[in-house]
Amino acid sequence: MSKPRTIVEKIWDSHVVAQHPGAPALLFIDLHLAHEVTSPQAFDELRKRGLKVRRPDLTIATMDHSTPTSSRDLPVLDANGAAQLAQMEKNCAEFGIRLYNRMNDHQGIVHVIGPEQGLTQPGMTIVCGDSHTATHGAFGALAFGIGTSQVGHVFATQCLLQQPSKSYEIRVDGQLKPGVTAKDIILAVIAKIGIGGGTECVFEFTGSAIRSLSMEERMTICNMSIEGGARAGLVAPDDTTYQYLANREYGPKGADFDAAVARWKQLPTDEGATYAHRLVIDASTLEPMVTFGTNPGMGIAISENIPDPAAHTGSQKMDLEKALHYMDLKPNVPLKGHPINVVFVGSCTNSRISDLRAAAAVIKGRKVSPNVRMMVVPGSQQVKKQAEAEGLDKIFREAGADFREAGCSMCLAMNGDQLSPGEYCVSTSNRNFEGRQGKGGRTFLASPQTAAASAVMGVVADVRTLL
Amino acid sequence: MKFTTLEAKTVVVPAENIDTDQIIPARYLKAVTKDGLGEGLFRDWRYNEDGTPKADFPLNKPESKGAEILIAGDNFGCGSSREHAPWALTQYGFRAVVSTSFADIFKGNSLKNGLLPIIVDSDTHKELVANPGMTLKVDLKSATLTLPSGKSVTFPIDPFAQQMLLDGVDELGYMLQQDAAIQAFEAKRVGSVNTLQ
Ligand code: SF4
Repeated sequence: MSKPRTIVEKIWDSHVVAQHPGAPALLFIDLHLAHEVTSPQAFDELRKRGLKVRRPDLTIATMDHSTPTSSRDLPVLDANGAAQLAQMEKNCAEFGIRLYNRMNDHQGIVHVIGPEQGLTQPGMTIVCGDSHTATHGAFGALAFGIGTSQVGHVFATQCLLQQPSKSYEIRVDGQLKPGVTAKDIILAVIAKIGIGGGTECVFEFTGSAIRSLSMEERMTICNMSIEGGARAGLVAPDDTTYQYLANREYGPKGADFDAAVARWKQLPTDEGATYAHRLVIDASTLEPMVTFGTNPGMGIAISENIPDPAAHTGSQKMDLEKALHYMDLKPNVPLKGHPINVVFVGSCTNSRISDLRAAAAVIKGRKVSPNVRMMVVPGSQQVKKQAEAEGLDKIFREAGADFREAGCSMCLAMNGDQLSPGEYCVSTSNRNFEGRQGKGGRTFLASPQTAAASAVMGVVADVRTLL
Repeated sequence: MKFTTLEAKTVVVPAENIDTDQIIPARYLKAVTKDGLGEGLFRDWRYNEDGTPKADFPLNKPESKGAEILIAGDNFGCGSSREHAPWALTQYGFRAVVSTSFADIFKGNSLKNGLLPIIVDSDTHKELVANPGMTLKVDLKSATLTLPSGKSVTFPIDPFAQQMLLDGVDELGYMLQQDAAIQAFEAKRVGSVNTLQ
């Protein structure tokens, strides 16, 4: 019998095009996703060398990062942003790539549209010039974020040079308590292993708690693998995966679908395969999580106090002091109850329909606190349409929240949606780095439920008190 | 970009987990070329609200002028995949960054742009952090870093990336040579999407 393999090893083995001694493997890429920010210099490189895009049929492009989320009837006001979007149109037309531009019904955050259109499938290798490409791992795909040089490599050759990764099993068993979500699982994992904990690894999320999650919840977890330092993160496919994929626009249909499912069923990690690292978490012990600092590893349970740098030494102490200084927070007190100015529900972590439903369920019949500005930004035009069909837009607007067009928006604040210096924001995005949501802005990462509860209360809130 | 040897002065930014949003804030990513990013390097750490330089930021000190080696804390370059980070560092004038560890994507991006990520042990790192402005020698062929005291340490580097840098060639050339293998692979591939449908 052949050696038992992990799902990562299986996908890897079936995609190696060539492996020369002393060189990284040449890995075939099944799907390449592109957006306006990390692609222009790669297209330039192709022009400079007189190269074509080798497989435009395996490439899809969208506009999300610098795309305004104000009404689509309005022009793009920022000159540089507008120029970047215009360049994207030009590049995609010239190289024959399908582009979902700002006016397109399929436009949205690159990691939201891939799955929703059935482009993302189990066993695939998927890349994008974006570190949250791991989101697609929720389907049992090996999905890496790459730099712009590599975007050019994939355009030109449909391949990537890659060294093998170590496998890291993150096993989550048990049942989540009410008010505790997939976002809280991943924030708890990162708080445990730190933001460099997964360096050179691919996370495989396993265990009964992961199995019972929906595809959208699995995406939230895989999405933040990079925040744990990992190259990718994935969940082996199962019936939940196959059900989600049935009848998606670009997915296989009919007999092709059955054949695909038969192939996909071979993917899960074999009994007896070995992992380089393992972490085990009991989901029933988790509470809603929130970050207090300036990296995603600085997270605490909502009932906990902000940690004291004095309890640490060396560089850890320095790091904490620096973070608390930037955030203007005191140690040894709860973060719960801290006043906030803004709530952002959006980003490729938490902007899918189930996230909007969860936030709306908390908001419904309540009002956003007069001290708080709340923005709800759907991940895609499709999510927006669905939300409107369900009347979620009305729930948000009646509560006093702003319901916007699809895009990255205040996740990285390059489209004009941003915090003012000193403002505090509860955000469902994935990064709380200094200035990430606007220069001088301060971010508390949390789940959509926690964000909605905080919007209502005007302070960092424990959603369980509103359930 | 070719890299063989380097003899240069250091500047120390000791914080750990310096993320790509600090190295180059997102508002500088609207550019469609690689030009002018050096200005955005560490922008919000380097400059005050009114655009004047912050006197106490290491890069702004007169003695840091001309430093080509950045000494930084653990897990340098974490966060986004933006290659604008190494572009900003090289445009500013850096040729190497020394830390105890680097985030994966940043490390890969740097190697493709002639910016050498050098990993050292924590004792050597402490010595470098405590003595800003040291002149260090880097020899890529032997993968060694030599301190003014004569102390010499070797650093890990992927042999393939090392050769590419020494020869001054890029990976795309190597990949394009594999066309026959790619065609053979494509011929037997099953299960695919077609985005142009
Ligand atoms: S939503 Fe945020 S993290 Fe996701 S792709 Fe956009 S900018 Fe990146």
